[in-house]
Amino acid sequence: MTQLPAQTQKKLGLVIDLDTCVGCHACVISCKGWNTENYGAPLSDQDAYGANPSGTFLNRVHSYSVQPLATSAKPHPAAQTIHFPKSCLHCEDAPCVTVCPTGASYKRTEDGIVLVNESDCIGCGLCAWACPYGARELDAAEGVMKKCTLCVDRIYNENLPEVDRTPACVRTCPAGARHFGDFADPESNVSRLTAERGGLDLMPEQGTKPVNKYLPPRPKDEMPEFDVLAPYLEPVAENPGGFIGWLDRALEKL
Amino acid sequence: MAQPELNLSPKVSDEVRKTTCYMCACRCGINVHMKDGPDGKKRVAYIEGNRDHPVNKGVLCAKGSAGIMQVNAPSRLRAPLKRVGERGSGEFEEISWDEAYAIAEGWLRPIRETDPSKLAFFTGRDQSQSFTSFWAQNFGTPNYAAHGGFCSVNMAAAGIYTMGGAFWEFGQPDWDHTKLFLLFGVAEDHDSNPIKMGLGKIKARGAKVIGVNPIRSGYNAIADEWVGITPGTDGLFILSLVHCLMKAGRIDLDYLARWTNAPVLVDKDTGLILRDGDGKELVIDRVTGEPTAFDKPGVRPDLSATHPDGHKPVLHLMAERYLSDDYAPEAVAGRCGIPAPRIRAIASELARVAFEESFELPIKWTDFRGETHETMTARPVSMHAMRGISAHANGFQTCRALHVLQILLGTVEAPGGFRFKPPYPKPSRIHPKPHCKVTPGEPLDGPHLGFVHGPEDLALREDGSPARIDKAYTWENPMSAHGLMHMVISNAHAGDPYKIDTLFMYMANMSWNSSMNTTGTMKMLTDKDENGDYVIPHIIYSDAYSSEMVAYADLILPDTTYLERHDCISLLDRPICEADAAADAIRWPVVEPDRDVKGFQSALCDLGARLGLPGFVNEDGSQRYADYGDYITNHIRRPGIGPLAGWRGNGESHGRGEANPNQIDRYIENGGFFVAHIPEGAEYMKPWNAAYQDWAVEIGLYDTVQPYLFTLYVEPMQKFRRAAEGHGPIQPPDHLRDQVARNMDPLPFWSDPAPANLAADYPITALTQRPMAMYHSWGSQNAWLRQLHGHNPLYVPTKLMRDHGLKDGDWARVTSRHGEITVPVMEMAALNENTVWTWNAIGKRKGAWALDKDAPEATKGFLLNHLIHELLPSKGDGHRWSNSDPITGQAAWFDLKVRLEKVPAPAESKPSLPPIKSPVGKGPKDLAWKVGQ
Amino acid sequence: MHPAPSVIIFTTLSGLGFGLLTFLGLGLPDVTGWTAFWFFVIGYVLAVGGLSASAFHLGHPERALKAFTQWKTSWLSREAVTSVAALLTMALYGAGLVFFDTAWQPLGWIGAALSLLTVFTTSMIYTQMKTVPRWHMVWTPAHFLTLSLAGGALLAGQAFASIFLLLLAGMTTVAMWIIGDTRFARSGTDMATATGLGRIGTVKAFEPPHTGTNYLLREFVHVVGRKHGRKLRLIAGLLAFVVPILLMLLLVTHVTAALAILSHVAGVFAARWLFFAEAEHVVGLYYGKR
Ligand SMILES: Nc1nc2c(c(=O)[nH]1)N[C@H]1C(S)=C(S)[C@@H](COP(=O)(O)OP(=O)(O)OC[C@H]3O[C@@H](n4cnc5c(=O)[nH]c(N)nc54)[C@H](O)[C@@H]3O)O[C@H]1N2
Ligand SMILES: Nc1nc2c(c(=O)[nH]1)N[C@H]1C(S)=C(S)[C@@H](COP(=O)(O)OP(=O)(O)OC[C@H]3O[C@@H](n4cnc5c(=O)[nH]c(N)nc54)[C@H](O)[C@@H]3O)O[C@H]1N2
Ligand code: SF4
Ligand code: SF4
Ligand code: SF4
Ligand code: SF4
Ligand code: SF4
Ligand SMILES: [Mo]
Repeated sequence: MTQLPAQTQKKLGLVIDLDTCVGCHACVISCKGWNTENYGAPLSDQDAYGANPSGTFLNRVHSYSVQPLATSAKPHPAAQTIHFPKSCLHCEDAPCVTVCPTGASYKRTEDGIVLVNESDCIGCGLCAWACPYGARELDAAEGVMKKCTLCVDRIYNENLPEVDRTPACVRTCPAGARHFGDFADPESNVSRLTAERGGLDLMPEQGTKPVNKYLPPRPKDEMPEFDVLAPYLEPVAENPGGFIGWLDRALEKL
Repeated sequence: MAQPELNLSPKVSDEVRKTTCYMCACRCGINVHMKDGPDGKKRVAYIEGNRDHPVNKGVLCAKGSAGIMQVNAPSRLRAPLKRVGERGSGEFEEISWDEAYAIAEGWLRPIRETDPSKLAFFTGRDQSQSFTSFWAQNFGTPNYAAHGGFCSVNMAAAGIYTMGGAFWEFGQPDWDHTKLFLLFGVAEDHDSNPIKMGLGKIKARGAKVIGVNPIRSGYNAIADEWVGITPGTDGLFILSLVHCLMKAGRIDLDYLARWTNAPVLVDKDTGLILRDGDGKELVIDRVTGEPTAFDKPGVRPDLSATHPDGHKPVLHLMAERYLSDDYAPEAVAGRCGIPAPRIRAIASELARVAFEESFELPIKWTDFRGETHETMTARPVSMHAMRGISAHANGFQTCRALHVLQILLGTVEAPGGFRFKPPYPKPSRIHPKPHCKVTPGEPLDGPHLGFVHGPEDLALREDGSPARIDKAYTWENPMSAHGLMHMVISNAHAGDPYKIDTLFMYMANMSWNSSMNTTGTMKMLTDKDENGDYVIPHIIYSDAYSSEMVAYADLILPDTTYLERHDCISLLDRPICEADAAADAIRWPVVEPDRDVKGFQSALCDLGARLGLPGFVNEDGSQRYADYGDYITNHIRRPGIGPLAGWRGNGESHGRGEANPNQIDRYIENGGFFVAHIPEGAEYMKPWNAAYQDWAVEIGLYDTVQPYLFTLYVEPMQKFRRAAEGHGPIQPPDHLRDQVARNMDPLPFWSDPAPANLAADYPITALTQRPMAMYHSWGSQNAWLRQLHGHNPLYVPTKLMRDHGLKDGDWARVTSRHGEITVPVMEMAALNENTVWTWNAIGKRKGAWALDKDAPEATKGFLLNHLIHELLPSKGDGHRWSNSDPITGQAAWFDLKVRLEKVPAPAESKPSLPPIKSPVGKGPKDLAWKVGQ
Repeated sequence: MHPAPSVIIFTTLSGLGFGLLTFLGLGLPDVTGWTAFWFFVIGYVLAVGGLSASAFHLGHPERALKAFTQWKTSWLSREAVTSVAALLTMALYGAGLVFFDTAWQPLGWIGAALSLLTVFTTSMIYTQMKTVPRWHMVWTPAHFLTLSLAGGALLAGQAFASIFLLLLAGMTTVAMWIIGDTRFARSGTDMATATGLGRIGTVKAFEPPHTGTNYLLREFVHVVGRKHGRKLRLIAGLLAFVVPILLMLLLVTHVTAALAILSHVAGVFAARWLFFAEAEHVVGLYYGKR
């Protein structure tokens, strides 16, 4: 089972738009809620009301500070803050799958979703070691490996209305920064977004071939600063008297 | 080995119950998925957004999704509590509701019969103000308000006085058409999901966002342009934009002439508006050259002409002020911390988008003067602002300045600009005025809160002293439209303006995060007089959880959680409308409480009946409303108007109609809300659009049509100013004359709040921001949310880190003119270089919220509030000058100035207060929460 | 990486045990009967003890049998298979020595090869981790194999071989340390590639996704002070290699041999602790930590 399928029929995954994510953690908690109640063991919390709370989450939102390099045009560029959600990227060459000794970890041939079959998992943790992205967490109560399921129990679920057959995190994201679809289909929303906005891979050098793509933030603080007069600010008057004269002329033209 | 067979269509739940979220005040619609628990009872299994709901259209924030952990939180109060230890100790005894009511009645009945103003009833994050105020009015006390005074009254009042509505609940950007969006001083705001959805729409179109904020996080992090302004200087920056735009003639003259008081004539001697015999504002008609009522059919208001007697139109006064070089970018750049070229660039961009990227929407409409227009002209520049500009002592005028900027560009109610949400637009003059006439044993003479239009509307007693305990509507803050909840405890303790007997509070954590001077507040609540009696004799409080405030009350009325009660989010109050629709909503008990708790409003129905309050008893003296659900269904406010607008009468009429006994069921069937869409052609230009005005009357928002002009120049302010200059019978006390004359300027101006906060000695501004995943103090009891924000560092800009020899994880002592705290620091690069900040209300008192006493919220987390005082430093003149906006009384949270100093890491953040005893015990150790199998 | 006692004990003891079994399989020392029995007991106690220690860090040890199924791809599974194969083969071979006074030599050779293969599979569990650049190089198996052989030689009383092998192991270990120090930087993985934000500017972690801790931080982020690390390397090197070599060079008695073994084992424990504690997983980058 831990052999990766040579090819999957679909390549389901997420596009995460870093230009739009406001870092609200909505996806984090809705993921926690859905996956606590659904697929496999609940996502447990230890010392939940205590001094050192800790729990299992399948999706977490980091934030980074990025300092652009100074240029002659911009000697003091402002630092930027970028919110950065991260869950399993459902890699094509998923190292987490091949290291698994029991076959509990596998990549589905139909759609490429990487899953853990919890009843086969011995909780050795090796798959989490193999994942460069920190996408797997061993549940402390259940002793099995938990990871993003791409909401496999939602996306085909006939008990849900068709519009809701989408991952919980995507459905809930208030900013619409998360998109779900089939990367194998070049016409899908995710493929098009990736193409249009230059979607990129995390840690490409790790050779995991992530399916999920990140849309980079658009360039910031690019507004040209004008030394004397901005183009739309040609004065019509220098003083109140002049202004009132201008008013009269301008009203005439209306 | 084959791939395992998965059940791809597991059952999602046994039942879905649709109600309204109250993990914050945004009021999103939620689908509560219920499953049978081990005991066979239905339990909450999963919460998601309701796709049909007008507010959130299916999305849900972190808090909303975490509601399940709120409903099972160990901190929930379980029964009424009677204090048995000292105040503040947290020692209570559980009692029955009967006993609780008897105690409350024992305190309240005598004061109602002798002096109802001895009751101060203040409600915090209340969403039932039309109900709670009705109760207070029936009790007869003038001392009622909700939390708006310490929250954002500057924003609300400035908006209503200027344009008949403000941001947030009053209106929203035209997300679908806007091309440039400016965001001032917002970290999260109440409209939290709609703003995120709106930003998402803008981003999807690739339109531009400018964020004006000293801190670049959250919404400002995704802004295309970040303007890291010096706190407290937005007014100056905005007026500089006004300067640039006026000077370049980049203002919407047609719009200004038709829809605003720019052409209205101002009496050159009094500064009051010239009016005709019917009280209508006068303009000069460009056709006839004659002074004419503004609304006369066919009138072409002239912006340029001056009255033969020398009275000028408002726009002339504005030109005289704002074209001055004092507002030139070069003059303000240093103060605002924004280079002059950048200010120009932004002004230029505003001009370009508003006028060059304008377009017409093919909407035919007729204005209030009877003129028909074939299209609507878009001005696709929109703005939104919140507490970053309002929570300063200069906030009212800054908010006014921002609205003036919006109006000069012709963006308000134009496509692509800013749109009101019903019941707004609503001119300030049709709002009620404040009432404060007390008669023992009788109701108050009218509603407490409203909008004043001159000195005669102030809430003063015969002798000129404040009628209200919070001194709202006095010369200290004449336009305090929401009251001053943050002054209640301090004034009651000082007996200034008078002593009270019972402090009755609801849903406000006043001994903690909602007070300035937290330690001082705790002391005021526990202080005793020379007889050994508490200075504030009785305190009744309603909370749902074991908050810090619980420990400071004598009697606790335990509320339910939001999934266990009826609520109504009413058009009479703070509804859930969108720019395209009027809407209201309910909450209903989707789960039955498993404790001896009661919805607070239901408890008020009981208590009101026991006290025999007129609105709460029938003719025969029996209880009128069995509970809040009964009130929501059967209360009639004005003929045909009740708390809920949908399905009235026989269920067929909306807006107006008799009470319908099945109304709540109809709401439940509809997903918990009601929407009435604004008819086609009425969606924009609403204050002047006849189609909108007629529709608003039809569904009961107004009783008659109310077209009006936007007031760039606010005449009521001039009336106060004239009084300060010695005119009229009602005069301010002498020590306030200058302040009133200076601040009640009918045109926006900027004043510097820094000197009063001793910025020379305390040069750094300290701010707080709302974390998106936490609601004030409530979030920490939530096992999921507290993992995200379990403690809060002080974020310090790179330069200050370097100057103070600090590195991440170090500790610093932060000192203000009022106190000091010792807290962990963390560097933040994308931050105004003279500003520090932290997340609001993460710090917790030991023992509260059923958390372990070593919880990081208490040991590493901290409150900035210890550094903020409700009064300004004494000026040595014997007066208490409050740390508030002198116009509205808005608490000036963000004027806080501090100093930093590196110190060795202490064992815990300081001040470290002794633990309070938890009335509910502690939470379980581990959680593996799963309802279904 | 979190230096979990279970994995440290496991790799240390099983390395020694399989090292000893390797020598026993080669007929070094050439023992039979009770002597052989005790040698084998020591080998098995170490190897099996080590293996069972590893079970302690499993969430579900009762499902351990499933770990034999994925030998086609998983080094952990291969380790399971080879270790059992090695233990079974060596058991047969040992039975011959103990009960029949016979060395079924081809079986011994196969057992020795399997034992060594087991050590190699163990090493490959770490070596394969591209996510831990310090481990992801040939020096990791070289270190594991030479160390196992050196320890095996010591235990097997192969004085001359042990000196040579200790020297070799010491060299591979030092090489592993020194080269290992450069691996993260040379892996090409950094904040920029982790976040994809490198083309905007210099990336720094700002707010972590949670103020509490989590599995990832516990498992993967362990910061050892550089100075502390250097000191421990010195101690590990002295105990594991220098002291035993000196003792073995000095003169070989049961006492010195025992001391040499004890010193070596202590040194290997220290080296193993460092092997984990100094290893940085790339996931730490997301938290701004290594
Ligand atoms: N430093 C600083 N301080 C600030 C601010 C700031 O920006 N900086 N902001 C200020 C502002 S704008 C505000 S609005 C205040 C908010 O401050 P508070 O109004 O004190 O806010 P909450 O923490 O929401 O506390 C409300 C109380 O309501 C209780 N509660 C929650 N749900 C229910 C319920 O269903 N029923 C009942 N009866 N009680 C319930 C909670 O347990 C809590 O005790 O903070 C102010 N304080
Ligand atoms: N998740 C969540 N949502 C909430 C709340 C919550 O507690 N949690 N609270 C609700 C309540 S009661 C309120 S009042 C609203 C408040 O919503 P916001 O108005 O967004 O309130 P704050 O988080 O206080 O954010 C104030 C912002 O103003 C900035 N600021 C401070 N001073 C200045 C200044 O001088 N100029 C400018 N331009 N910016 C400045 C700060 O950096 C900060 O970003 O949020 C509501 N929504
Ligand atoms: S829900 Fe959307 S906006 Fe919020 S953190 Fe997740 S991806 Fe970002
Ligand atoms: S992100 Fe990690 S867990 Fe997910 S498939 Fe890739 S390697 Fe495996
Ligand atoms: S933890 Fe479970 S899924 Fe991961 S490698 Fe071990 S057995 Fe496989
Ligand atoms: S796809 Fe589902 S499991 Fe994966 S992060 Fe989103 S909500 Fe969580
Ligand atoms: S914004 Fe979040 S917490 Fe507030 S009502 Fe909506 S879902 Fe609930
Ligand atoms: Mo607020």
